[in-house]
Amino acid sequence: MNALLALFAREWKLAVRVGGGALMGALFFLIVVTVVPFGVGPDLNLLSRIGPAILWIGALLATLLSLDRLFQVDRDDGGLDLILMGESPLELVVLVKCLAHWAATGLPLVIASPLLAIFMNMEPIAIGATTLTLLVGTPALTFTGAIGAALTVTLKRGGLLLAILVLPLTVPVMIFGVSSATAVLYGGMPFTTPFAILAALGLFAMVLGPVAAAAALRHAGE
Amino acid sequence: MASPVSSLEGRTLTLDRGGRRVLADLSFRAVAGRALVVTGANGAGKSTLLRLIAGLLRPVAGDLVIEGGDPDLTIAQHCHYFGHQDALKNQLSVAENLAFWRDFFGVADGTVLDALDRVGLARLIDLPAAYLSAGQRRRLAFARLLVTRRPIWLLDEPTSALDAASEARLLEIVGEHLDAGGLVVAATHLDLPFARIDGLRLGPAIVGEAA
Repeated sequence: MNALLALFAREWKLAVRVGGGALMGALFFLIVVTVVPFGVGPDLNLLSRIGPAILWIGALLATLLSLDRLFQVDRDDGGLDLILMGESPLELVVLVKCLAHWAATGLPLVIASPLLAIFMNMEPIAIGATTLTLLVGTPALTFTGAIGAALTVTLKRGGLLLAILVLPLTVPVMIFGVSSATAVLYGGMPFTTPFAILAALGLFAMVLGPVAAAAALRHAGE
Repeated sequence: MASPVSSLEGRTLTLDRGGRRVLADLSFRAVAGRALVVTGANGAGKSTLLRLIAGLLRPVAGDLVIEGGDPDLTIAQHCHYFGHQDALKNQLSVAENLAFWRDFFGVADGTVLDALDRVGLARLIDLPAAYLSAGQRRRLAFARLLVTRRPIWLLDEPTSALDAASEARLLEIVGEHLDAGGLVVAATHLDLPFARIDGLRLGPAIVGEAA
């Protein structure tokens, strides 16, 4: 248990110090969402309608942007070899790395999203719903992305391949995230049904992601 | 301390890398208190053998067996692997780097400060690892072997990038590990100044298709 706490603390420190991915992801998210109103034009109704989708796409891209280095830095400096020789199960190591990555990269996106939602002229209730879906949905993105990060760990420029591998897998998360966020806008559709499925997808990814990523990492050394 | 290991034995190990047979029918025996020195030309499979013992590569045939040790742990979990890479994070300080590996490997065997003192880095404790020289990085990586106790040390060219004084100090520490009943498997070109040494010479790499 101590080993995993130490790992979490180290991953957190690495992410928030200079050169870490935490600030990068949040800044990228900010820029993507800020650029959209310039492209779409000053139609406030349109902006408020597509707002939840833009926030979700921004969060998805920002998460993928920083995920490609999740295991690669450890592989490059030899740390992955030592982690494999440790007494902690690799699945739990992956889980902890993902949790630390989410805390440093995903959580700032969730915190920033109400502010950016104002850019998109979203109503308070839609802002609340979108933030809530991002809070539940971004861990699913991280855990799914970890599979891609583990599969591409041996590739020098694996980032693009990671996006190609992982984006299709994140489509269900996107669909249910955006549909529960927009459900509150239009009524007629329940909020809880897609939201419950989103939460289920998150839990599913939390179990499957670490197991699959650990299997990929075990074979990466050979 | 983990329970002592009295011997590590490889039986007819065969291993392929990239479709090429690197180790063929290799048998060896390393016993507690003696250093097994692996020599051979570049590409003969020295590093491969150490990575195989460390559990990072899997043989296509043959077994690794240890006598003694903790039955709940794998062979790799009895080993410290000191390879070519230092596993240091530039953003973390010297002490943070070492403290992480001590906590990650579980059973702490000494304080970070003592270990850094042994490898001569005690003055640099708060310096980010990015500012260390190649030799200092090597010594910091080696300090990892001192903060947690594991009976088998796998040393791959342990003295590369070290100056004469650091090399002597490292060999002294390895000697103490042997005296305490530890096992050492080292791939090196040096004449190690230990009383009890077994040699294992790997032949030239077998070029050709793997069977």
